Amino acid sequence: MIRSEILKEIAPILNPHLVVCNIGLPSQELHMIDDNERNFYMLGTMGLSSSIGFGLALAQDKPVISIDGDGSVLTNLGTLPTIANNATGNYTLLIIDNGSYGSTGDQPTYAGKKTSLTAVAKACGCDNVIEVQDKDLGPVLQDAIDSDEMTIIVCKCDSGNIKLPVITLDPVVIRHRFMEAVAS
Amino acid sequence: MNIDKKIVDDLVANDVSFVTTVPCKQLAGVIDEVENRDEIFHIPSNKEDEGMGLCAGAFMGGKRPMIIMQNTALGVTLNTLATLTQFYRMPLPMLISYRGELREPVACQVEMAVHTKALLAQLNIPTYHFHWQKDVEEFDNILKYTFMSNKPVAILTDANFWGGYGDQ
Repeated sequence: MIRSEILKEIAPILNPHLVVCNIGLPSQELHMIDDNERNFYMLGTMGLSSSIGFGLALAQDKPVISIDGDGSVLTNLGTLPTIANNATGNYTLLIIDNGSYGSTGDQPTYAGKKTSLTAVAKACGCDNVIEVQDKDLGPVLQDAIDSDEMTIIVCKCDSGNIKLPVITLDPVVIRHRFMEAVAS
Repeated sequence: MNIDKKIVDDLVANDVSFVTTVPCKQLAGVIDEVENRDEIFHIPSNKEDEGMGLCAGAFMGGKRPMIIMQNTALGVTLNTLATLTQFYRMPLPMLISYRGELREPVACQVEMAVHTKALLAQLNIPTYHFHWQKDVEEFDNILKYTFMSNKPVAILTDANFWGGYGDQ
C-alpha cells in the first residue's frame, strides 16, 4: 500500500480526533480524503508534525495523533527523546515509513536503508513502539488511540504518490477552526 | 532585584504556563526558576525549532507558550518562524540570551551577534534589547504586547543585563 491508500483506510479512525498532519502530500491527501476542522494541515516547516502534535497533547486532554513521515522524523530526530521523556497518554505518533521523501520525488531516506526508526524510538526511551505493516495498521492505530499509554507507530509501506492539488485554505483559517475544534 | 524571579513572576502573572528551553550559561538562573514554579510546565527541547513546534501545539491547545534560547540558534529557527509561527499568526515570546555582545568573553559568539538584530529585522519581528537590569521592568509590557499582537517577539538579553561573567 502507498500512503494515500493507508490514509483512506484509516480516515474513519482519525475522523473523531485531533490530527496534526505532515507537510506536503500527506496533508494534501488527508485534505482530499476527509477535510474537517479537527485536522491541522502543515503548509510549511518540515519535521515539526510530531512537535506540534506533542505540544498540543501536553496542553489539553483530548487524544492527538501526529501523522509524520520517515523523512520528516529524520529531519527532527531530537523530537523522539523529548517525547519519550515527557510521555503523555493522549498522544499517538504515527510515522508512515515508506523509505522515501515522497513530496519531493521519492528520493530514498536512510530509514529505507540501514536506519530503523523503530529501534531509534526505542533507544530514545519511547516505551511503547510498534512497527506494523501497512495492511495491519487500522486496529493498531485504534488500540493506540484508546490506550492510556503513549504509542509510537512505525507503519512500513510502499513509496508512491498520487497527483492532487495543493491546499489553498488560508493558514489562519486552518488554525482558527482547529482551535475551535480543540476547545469544543 | 532578582531578575530571574522577576522574569518568571511576570510569566506567571501573564498566564504563560508552557515554557520550552534550550540552555545557555547566562540563562541558567531563569531556567532553574521556570523549572521550580508549579504554575509553569517546563519542557526542555533538543533544538530551538523543535521547541517552537511544541509552543505552536501548546498555543493551539489553549496555553500561552514561551521559548528561552540563545541567539546563536536563531539561524536554525528562521524557517519555523516564517512558515509556522508567523504564517499561522501565533504569539511567541522569545527570551534570548544575546551572546557576543558587551562583556562577552568568547570571540566566536560575536560572529552570530553581529547578525542577530539584522535577522530579526528582516523577519519583521519586534525586538527589545535588555542591557541594564532595570530594563526588565519592560518585560511585563512586552508579554502583553506579544499576546495582543499574535506575533513572535524577541527579547535580547546581553551579558551586562545578566551581570557579566564574573572573573572570566
